[in-house]
Amino acid sequence: MNPDLFPFPLLGQVSATLPAVEEAARGTLQTLGINLAYLVSAALFITGLRKMSHPRTARGGNLLSALGMLIAIVVTLGSHEIVSYWTIGAGLIVGSTIGATLAIRVQMTAMPQMVGMLNGFGGLASATVAFAEFLRVYFDTQRDPRIDTLISIGLSALIGTVTFTGSVTAYGKLQGWKLKGTPISNPLMLPQHHLLSVVLLLVCIGLGTVTTMDYSQGLWAIILLLVIASVLGVMAVIPIGGADMPVVISLLNSYSGLAAMTTGFALDNYCLIISGALVGASGIILTKIMCTAMNRSLLNVVAGGFGQEITAAGATTAAAGKTVRQMDAEEAVMVLESAQKVFIVPGYGMAVAQAQHTVAELAELLAKKGADVRFGIHPVAGRMPGHMNVLLAEANVPYERLSDLELNSEMEQCDVAMIIGANDVVNPAARHDRSSPIYGMPIFDVDKARTVMVSKRSLNPGFAGIENELFYLPNTVMLFGDAKKMMSAIVSELKSH
Amino acid sequence: MIEIFTNNFVIFVLAMFVGFEVIAKVPPILHTPLMSGSNAISGITIVGAVVIAGLHRGAWSEILGFLAVTFAMINVVGGYRVTDRMLAMFRKK
Repeated sequence: MNPDLFPFPLLGQVSATLPAVEEAARGTLQTLGINLAYLVSAALFITGLRKMSHPRTARGGNLLSALGMLIAIVVTLGSHEIVSYWTIGAGLIVGSTIGATLAIRVQMTAMPQMVGMLNGFGGLASATVAFAEFLRVYFDTQRDPRIDTLISIGLSALIGTVTFTGSVTAYGKLQGWKLKGTPISNPLMLPQHHLLSVVLLLVCIGLGTVTTMDYSQGLWAIILLLVIASVLGVMAVIPIGGADMPVVISLLNSYSGLAAMTTGFALDNYCLIISGALVGASGIILTKIMCTAMNRSLLNVVAGGFGQEITAAGATTAAAGKTVRQMDAEEAVMVLESAQKVFIVPGYGMAVAQAQHTVAELAELLAKKGADVRFGIHPVAGRMPGHMNVLLAEANVPYERLSDLELNSEMEQCDVAMIIGANDVVNPAARHDRSSPIYGMPIFDVDKARTVMVSKRSLNPGFAGIENELFYLPNTVMLFGDAKKMMSAIVSELKSH
Repeated sequence: MIEIFTNNFVIFVLAMFVGFEVIAKVPPILHTPLMSGSNAISGITIVGAVVIAGLHRGAWSEILGFLAVTFAMINVVGGYRVTDRMLAMFRKK
């Protein structure tokens, strides 16, 4: 094909470079067809993501996106490079079965792990393709790969592998794996951890350069690169504490896209480039939103070491000089019954106690009694972006009741702010205490509500390890105990009235 | 051969812009489905995996091809299915 005669020069040149062209006319036409179909896929992905901007259209958007994927797969099966379908068929069946089983079985409370793991598989697939693509040029002496192809292969192998082992580490942290009795969700650091990580990254880049310079001698280098990148992925995630998981999951999301994108550069496949870039962009935006919501820089989060998980039972009596008011379910109900406006602020504690259904029931009961009930969901509440929203949606809370920090504008009219398993996102110190590690973080100003009810096991500080002055305010009452039990008690008390 | 790389790069940069424009509009309540849904899209690497698996060039292409297709397909099917499950739960009053 003469690219000059072709009305779409970009497409023409891309297709003209696929290894297909050696086989002249038939291959060329086929390549053109495949490329146009890929364009349809990419357009469907973009339209699908656009429809994600409203809960009403989101489901349809996801289906469009899936249709785009189906088209891309079916069309690729028609590629003239494919000579045997047995292996493809086996992989398609095994992968689909595993994927579908995981997706159907997973509990909504385990969704952060699930999303983390899926990111990991995406990265692993890209790294595997990159490695195979390297072997292809390595074994095929006829081909003389371009330098940017070799660089892309190296990058894809690196990013894909880091995504995979990083995701496995994040999975372990979210799943509560333990190492010698300590949960690995705590930040874990080796001596000179960051220096070591940087050195390993530099070694990977060096190995990538070796493979690029002389690929015919570079097999050992790329294998070594894969091994070191695996270690690097673990080292990148292991120092980050459980409370910072929303950032980690968003970042890994971005990496899985970038891995697909670099694979696209290696294969000169613009469908991979576009799709990978879209996912990369989505991960980057989410990462930025998460960091802004914590008022911390990405570097600060990634450096890790922030926050220790407290497993021991804490005290329920205040330290000297401070007073804490307590209520039981019955007293709480008396206050709630006269409330016109009730804001509920859930946090990770609600997910741990699996209290979302009981909380939703409480909201429904109060709404039936005529109260304006809304949920205030902080962007970093839980272990991944949107975690609380998914749990509450599962518990049948209509999405009109789910709100974010905008709720602050009505906080002064709020009769009861009910905090369930949240801590740092309602700590007033973020507003005024310059020495606090969470200073500057946007929070729910629940202390401005008439009554603040805090459902919590004890006075233990939050994941950031900071004492919460909210608990000692005169308008705060503590509802000590397991969140689910406490909420059930309140619900049954409300029903009996 | 620099033109091909340039083309790829132009497409990449433009796609990033599209991505930022489209995704910045997604509201916080849909952040989790956005992540799992976009993650399913990153399974597009299946396209490269399918070609490898079909090459029939020897043991390495069969093994790596099978693994790559399997991993990518877990990502694709798992990602879309779980996103659909979540989105089905979001309802109005």
